[in-house]
Amino acid sequence: MDMKRDYYEDVQFLKGAGLKTWFFLLLVSLVVFPFIAPSYYVYVASLIGVNIIVVLGLNILVGNTGQISLGHAGFVAIGAYITVLLQSSGIPFPVALVLGAIIAALFGVVLGIPALRLEGPYLAIATLAFGLAIEVIIGRIDLFGGHMGLSVRGADFGFTRIINETEVYFLILIPLIISGVAARNILRSKTGRAFQAIRDSNIAASAMGVNVARYKTMSFAISAFYAGIAGGLWAVLIGFINPGQFNFVLSIQYLAMVVVGGLGTILGSVFGAVVITLLMLQAESIQLIPILGPMFEWFSETFMTRSGMPNITWILTGLALMLIVIFEPLGLYGLWIRCKIYWKTWPF
Amino acid sequence: MLQIIISGIVVGSIYALMGLAMGIIYKASEVPNFAQGEMAMISSYIAFVILAVHGYGFLFAFTGAIAFAFLLGIFFEFVFIRRAKNPNILSLIIITLGFQMVLYGIAGWKFGSDQRRLSLPFSDRKTYNFGDVVISELGLATILAAILLMLVVWWFLSSTKTGIAMKATQQNSMAAKINGIPTNKIMSLSFGISSIVGAVAGLFIAPVTTLDPNMMWDPLLKGFAAAVLGGFGNLPGIILGGYILGITENIYGYYISVEFKSVFALLVIVLVLWVKPSGLFSRHHTKKV
Repeated sequence: MDMKRDYYEDVQFLKGAGLKTWFFLLLVSLVVFPFIAPSYYVYVASLIGVNIIVVLGLNILVGNTGQISLGHAGFVAIGAYITVLLQSSGIPFPVALVLGAIIAALFGVVLGIPALRLEGPYLAIATLAFGLAIEVIIGRIDLFGGHMGLSVRGADFGFTRIINETEVYFLILIPLIISGVAARNILRSKTGRAFQAIRDSNIAASAMGVNVARYKTMSFAISAFYAGIAGGLWAVLIGFINPGQFNFVLSIQYLAMVVVGGLGTILGSVFGAVVITLLMLQAESIQLIPILGPMFEWFSETFMTRSGMPNITWILTGLALMLIVIFEPLGLYGLWIRCKIYWKTWPF
Repeated sequence: MLQIIISGIVVGSIYALMGLAMGIIYKASEVPNFAQGEMAMISSYIAFVILAVHGYGFLFAFTGAIAFAFLLGIFFEFVFIRRAKNPNILSLIIITLGFQMVLYGIAGWKFGSDQRRLSLPFSDRKTYNFGDVVISELGLATILAAILLMLVVWWFLSSTKTGIAMKATQQNSMAAKINGIPTNKIMSLSFGISSIVGAVAGLFIAPVTTLDPNMMWDPLLKGFAAAVLGGFGNLPGIILGGYILGITENIYGYYISVEFKSVFALLVIVLVLWVKPSGLFSRHHTKKV
């Protein structure tokens, strides 16, 4: 089978010719996609792309470093608002995006410092408080447009302005690929191994010479940076931001994506973001699902209320969260690995 | 001033009850139960259904809701928490978040997002005067019910055999098992009791706000803040934390700004965690390897 002969073969970015072919095919299909798909699906794909970026970052924090964050929507909000404000003051979009993400990362450091001494429930509540505070504070400041929010007119590059769906799709695709590759490289480096050591045992890691304080803060900063990038892109994608979008529910959705996809894996982040985003978009049109839809409709009318039907997505997401944690702690990625091993070793 | 403190004590009672409910579960299983608020919300809906839809009396509705809350807590522990494979805190937190979503979805599905009114026999219009302090009948009932419930919980934990078994399980579940305590049952019981405490808080806050699926979100957060303030493992500390939070929040809202009143609790959490990572009233314990 595939034996590794030297170290460099083991640390290659893509292992084996098969994987290289698949990666190339994926890239090609991602590039071709917006030209053949209807525009709504291009929008959906862009939305999924934005969520993947957040989840990649959150997964580094939650899955690889083992810290919990219930306030990630706060970082996304910071990224979105800073990017939009800088852009409207005349700075070109890419610069504004990176600056927004850097400011989000600074907030990540600020949140990371008290988080050094906190664990478990205390960390959960501290990050939760951070997320809620950001939402409330943004809503009260006139510079940020208060509760009315700000409208965004595309991404301004100085010489051109990107506004139509296909262009925005590519605007999101490029940072998405960069951040995916970056996440994979971070996790294979010394830093990534330090993160995992902290996750597995705080004390053992520091005994082995890992600077726990430094790497925990770094993990918060990296993950906030990802969220900031995603925030800026999201603002361009939907063309409008207001504080209500960045609420606790959004943070929980991001966490759900991480858990459903698979803690601590890149592929899992992608799976989770795709599945949960599609599930949430389906909320408005749940009665249109082929066979289940009419069944739900009948059930709603007989026992529940018709108007409450979108709430079914909550039940499904919640159940998915619980069942995945209970039965398959590695999430969809775990299922994927199991299938792969089953077929590889078939018929044994 | 005294008036503000009294109304602070009324809300503080609710916060203290929510915090107490979370504290009981935290002591038993080391997990902050994010589903606590939604469990209380569903129980209040049960009271509403018995009271308004079927038209039974208040006492029946109250006991019905309490019994339902108890069963819901046991159900949650038995069906979900206990099934988790080699649980760490992160996965348990995620299970409670998932259960919260499910309950929220069920409530929204069944009752829509319309706001309903749960009417208790205590009105919030009828008031009593003590000197120059005015307190509504509902406020008085809330304070009394909270204190009564706290006393009952305290009596239960310190004087009954089951309560002592609960304490033993919390301190060292392996040793408790060796001594013949059915630790699994005790765990379920902890969830049931905590759910009851939360449901009482829900029943007393429902007439003040309105009955809708989002109603317990704010009390849950404040209960959480109270628990952090007092230190999660320390039940009297949590109760004290709830009252401190209620009173200071009201003073803050009166003298400084009503607008940022909701952020105040968050600020308190962050400040307390910054200074004392395990809360005000509990000692910081370092984990052994």
